[in-house]
Amino acid sequence: MRYLPLTEADRRDMLVVIGAPSVDSLFSDVPDSVHLAEPVDLPAHQGELEVERALTAMAAENMAAGSVPFFLGAGAYRHHVPASVNHLIQRGEFLTSYTPYQPEVSQGTLQYLFEFQTQVALITGMDVANASMYDGATSCAEAALMARRVTRKADVVLSGGLHPHYTETTETLLKFLDSTIDVLPPDIDGNEDIAAQIADGTACVVVQYPDMFGRVRDLQPIADACHDAGALLVVVMNEVVALGALKPPGDMGADIVAAEGRSIGNPLNFGGPYVGLFAAREKYVRQMPGRLAGETVDVDGKRGWVLTLSTREQHIRREKATSNICTNSGLCALAFTIHLSLLGEDGFRRLAAINHAKTVQLADRFAAAGIEVVNDTFFNELTVRLAEPAAPVVDRLAVEGILAGVPVSRLRPGDDALTNLLLVAVTETVTDDDMDRLCAALKEAA
Amino acid sequence: MEGNSTDTYTGNRGLRLEEPLIFEQDAPGRSGVDLPEPPPVQSRLGGLDRPDAIGLPGLSEPQVVRHYTRLSQKNYAIDAGFYPLGSCTMKHNPRLNEKMARLPGFADLHPLQPEATVQGALRLIDTLAHWIKTLTGMPAVAMSPAAGAHGELCGLMTARTALEARGDGRKRVLVPDSAHGTNPATAAICGYAVEAIPLNDRGRVDLNALKDALDEDVAAFMLTNPNTCGLFEDEILEQAQAVHDAGAFFYCDGANFNAIVGRVRPGDLGIDCMHLNLHKTFSTPHGGGGPGSGPVVLSEALADYAPRPWVVHGEDGFSLVEHEDEAAQAAPYGRMKAFHGQMGMFVRALAYMMSHGSDGLRQASSDAVLNANYLLASLSKELSLAYDGPCMHEVLFDDGFLKGTDVTTLDFAKAMIDEGFHPMTMYFPLVVHGALLMEPTETESRESLDQFIETMRHLAKRAKDGDAQAFHDAPVHTPRRRLDETAAARRPILRWRPDPVQGEAAE
Repeated sequence: MRYLPLTEADRRDMLVVIGAPSVDSLFSDVPDSVHLAEPVDLPAHQGELEVERALTAMAAENMAAGSVPFFLGAGAYRHHVPASVNHLIQRGEFLTSYTPYQPEVSQGTLQYLFEFQTQVALITGMDVANASMYDGATSCAEAALMARRVTRKADVVLSGGLHPHYTETTETLLKFLDSTIDVLPPDIDGNEDIAAQIADGTACVVVQYPDMFGRVRDLQPIADACHDAGALLVVVMNEVVALGALKPPGDMGADIVAAEGRSIGNPLNFGGPYVGLFAAREKYVRQMPGRLAGETVDVDGKRGWVLTLSTREQHIRREKATSNICTNSGLCALAFTIHLSLLGEDGFRRLAAINHAKTVQLADRFAAAGIEVVNDTFFNELTVRLAEPAAPVVDRLAVEGILAGVPVSRLRPGDDALTNLLLVAVTETVTDDDMDRLCAALKEAA
Repeated sequence: MEGNSTDTYTGNRGLRLEEPLIFEQDAPGRSGVDLPEPPPVQSRLGGLDRPDAIGLPGLSEPQVVRHYTRLSQKNYAIDAGFYPLGSCTMKHNPRLNEKMARLPGFADLHPLQPEATVQGALRLIDTLAHWIKTLTGMPAVAMSPAAGAHGELCGLMTARTALEARGDGRKRVLVPDSAHGTNPATAAICGYAVEAIPLNDRGRVDLNALKDALDEDVAAFMLTNPNTCGLFEDEILEQAQAVHDAGAFFYCDGANFNAIVGRVRPGDLGIDCMHLNLHKTFSTPHGGGGPGSGPVVLSEALADYAPRPWVVHGEDGFSLVEHEDEAAQAAPYGRMKAFHGQMGMFVRALAYMMSHGSDGLRQASSDAVLNANYLLASLSKELSLAYDGPCMHEVLFDDGFLKGTDVTTLDFAKAMIDEGFHPMTMYFPLVVHGALLMEPTETESRESLDQFIETMRHLAKRAKDGDAQAFHDAPVHTPRRRLDETAAARRPILRWRPDPVQGEAAE
């Protein structure tokens, strides 16, 4: 077996050193009744070629996003990732190292985490950010938990513009913690008055920016209402590329930003692994979940980095920790950091501008074709109202080789008001020809 | 002086290169990408255009490549050497798995594409689930958790959902003293009070203490098996009986599953739920701290309470159950994260499993246990063994052998770094003094183990011979020497900020 260095001779000799008659005898603490005598009923080992052939065949059963005109978003946006990102994250020193618990031999990981934290803080307009969470949805749920710790209040208000998976994840994480979760109805028309839902027991209000229907709005009035009531404002973002064009949540009174960062540096991956961003005001740093890299000096006085404020974490505080998180999304955070470093100030802003401009172009084409766009403001996602249910239209167009968008009913089934709504996202990867084909196809369903 | 790199003009020492932060290499106007001019349009951002500069640095592609290449060279890694970090299972990460995960048919798939366009992806999840269920002897698996701790949360929430479905409002969870910190932290998020169960003098859970603690208020017992002392819980069948007699569920932390893959099925041990760390046992890379993947296997008693989504196979192929009404659960659970789970990790784990096969997986766990026992037998004279063997995949020593030397476990670990090894896990588990927990995995050759053993003997002798200062000074052959963690925590600097004086001068 190509991954196992021990030879039969090694095994025999090592058993002699150990003083054991057989490898089986090393398992003598396993009760006889449960010790398997034979391998389990699964296929035997295979060479690299055979495994590659089998998995490539499975991959070929799928319609890769890049092979067709592609307009899906709804929390996962397809962007071009420079080739050097994928090369660098596969360096063995990054790929095959553990959590940087021994800082002297982990300065590479610790320094890029410090850079990542800085980048996240800069683009969100917040003071500090952690070293990543699993994904945007779990970041959102952890933000609600953190708001409860900061305010010592129990309840949470979730906007009807929040991605339904984020809503469900937050409800799940809080379900056993004596919290009342006020989930507002889907905010199709963008006239939700979430400030009116704030009560004495509200720990935080969670809004999405842009919201799940693609709409952007000024969050300052909501932040003011939260702060007047002693609650925190949590701003969720699905699409961080928007921060190259949009006013950051930190400039509009956000206390915590919980975002999905996968758009930068990482492929779609059929939903995982992704990378949760988590940023907050500095005064709340000791209530943050997850790992933090911090600057310090070594015994020679040279600048270096360590994991810090660990007394918040489970391996020190156990049941009193701020979160149970341990492993996070380290390598996805590295990909994010490298991609954003390649983009730089100018590239990041231009990438965002291209995304927005193309989306405006598609909105204009829709208008000309008589296809109704529901949201008047947007970054790179439109909600389209069709004359018929969106899901069968999307299935039909997939057969024709167009991945047209995400039916809102895929996220929230059984709501008549949503059945005909289709989410259409446009990124730099979409061509004029792609837009023409989509427009022509949707015209028939409009 | 050793370790002081001011003896060169640059501060570099040959291949050991100093590297500033990316923010300190900024030149405005420079970029590592070439993007076209955006088409002119009327903004639809609702007047919320970003007003100010963000502050991101501008660098060209070669500068960025060099920067991160240099950073990588400051890391130790399993690719580079022996990484015996106990309970972390630092084994070889085959590159075939990386190649497979990057096939466009897996990596370039959107999670919400029509099901007809992702049949191969759903087949892969279903196939991996079959391998996992067969290896664990369990009837069901929840695939979505993103890591071990997330899997723990999933498992314990499943148990609580099942208990509440039968109107049972139990309030306590029992956790052994030797457990990972994630176990009590998870129980707390599930709304449970945590009660610690002591170990006996053989390093296993004290069965009588467990029985005394069990009553109708206990929701679950969370056990790690093999445990964090590297030992198989030889009374596990009696533990399971006692837990079930009390009406509680038996949670197993599967962080140490690598010891028993293909030899023992958790389903035969009376376990109700157990998470697997695909990034440990099944070799998906640790990546400097993630991403991981933590599927949770469930017994018959819990299978109906799993979180959404899951894959089903019908007449028209595979489909996903994503919503409460489709799930038709008596007691709906909810969702652990967005979308369907860590697909990229699933591809890698299945490639690993298929490569090893049923025979190779059993051989891998056998070799892992053999290697750990070889360390135990070879080092128990020079180091102080915490508990008698045989051990499973890892061996636990305490700091008794350092008594009177003025060398601590931490000092010893730092000296190992200078010898070219990554240290073992230190000061965990908490149940022994100054713990040194070593997990060699099946990846290490006999030659590699022998070199490690000789080095440990040498260091132990050096400590006993009174050379404590050398240990206090270690490491000296690293990009940085010991770092001041106290200062870092007292005055946290968690991000780079531009130097205000330099900023003004530039203007």
